[in-house]
Amino acid sequence: MSIEAKVKGIIADQLEVAVGNLSLNTTFEDIDADSLDIVELVMALEEEFDLEISDREIENINTVGDIITYIKSKV
Amino acid sequence: MELAGKTAVVTGASRGIGRATAIALAQAGAAVIVNFSQNETAAEEVRKNIEAFGGRAVAVKADVADYSQCEALVQSSIDHFNRIDILVNNAGITRDNLLTRMKMEEWQEVIDTNLNGVYNCCRAVLRPLLKQKSGGRIINVASVAGICGNSGQANYAAAKGGVIAFTRTLAKEIGSRNITVNAVAPGFIETEMTDVLGEQVKAEVLSRIALGRLGQPEDVAAVILFLASSAEYVTGQVIAVDGSLSL
Repeated sequence: MSIEAKVKGIIADQLEVAVGNLSLNTTFEDIDADSLDIVELVMALEEEFDLEISDREIENINTVGDIITYIKSKV
Repeated sequence: MELAGKTAVVTGASRGIGRATAIALAQAGAAVIVNFSQNETAAEEVRKNIEAFGGRAVAVKADVADYSQCEALVQSSIDHFNRIDILVNNAGITRDNLLTRMKMEEWQEVIDTNLNGVYNCCRAVLRPLLKQKSGGRIINVASVAGICGNSGQANYAAAKGGVIAFTRTLAKEIGSRNITVNAVAPGFIETEMTDVLGEQVKAEVLSRIALGRLGQPEDVAAVILFLASSAEYVTGQVIAVDGSLSL
């Protein structure tokens, strides 16, 4: 499975949205994710890709595409 | 049994309030991690006591002042019982002294165990609780000293007051995940911690307790059990268990 598909799958699972509703430009606001949702999402991503995402890095992530770009740069 | 299928970690469970709480939760059906920092013999006795009535328990050593040991403590619940539902932050110490005589070490040790220990254990338990997506209960053992203050206990009162503010804050942060966070504030409870106080002090305290007796560890354990079980719509609260001492 591609990183993009994996990340979208995790977001869909964590935030209870359909994968079909996620595009690269989808923001967290679009899918009503609050700060705790984002923390939970980051936890799931850290486990799936075995990495640690710092608070500073999280601040720069606003869209689904940002997450995919970030994960690709790390793995 | 109301806690059947649930698991609990009770810190400082070898003696006093922690011991009574571990036993009460186990009697309600929870599998319990009986944490201790030094007194392994006493912790093993608590485990045997629980197993004697058919409960499940494991004694696990950890110093709550050390974050990595708290992570390992929480993990031990998952390793032994496959999950974690309830955390009781009970471990606590006293280093009483009037402030003019209080050494930095006496201040720091109490803050490290009684306040930082609560941060450490809560921080460590949140990830598995959120991952399980089945809610959870956190109960912090504060003290009436953290509400009213108490001469000779500036360090202890500051730590316990901090625990109360922490409790209210965490309740707000994670309420949306059905994780409740509450505190009990014991008054004068007859344990080894209070054994060291003189008869004169005890008599003076007793004169201020409307219920006319000092508290027993079981009195506090009963309220913790309530917060861990049927108190579904209670969060961010501090319940004094003190026979009226703080009024």
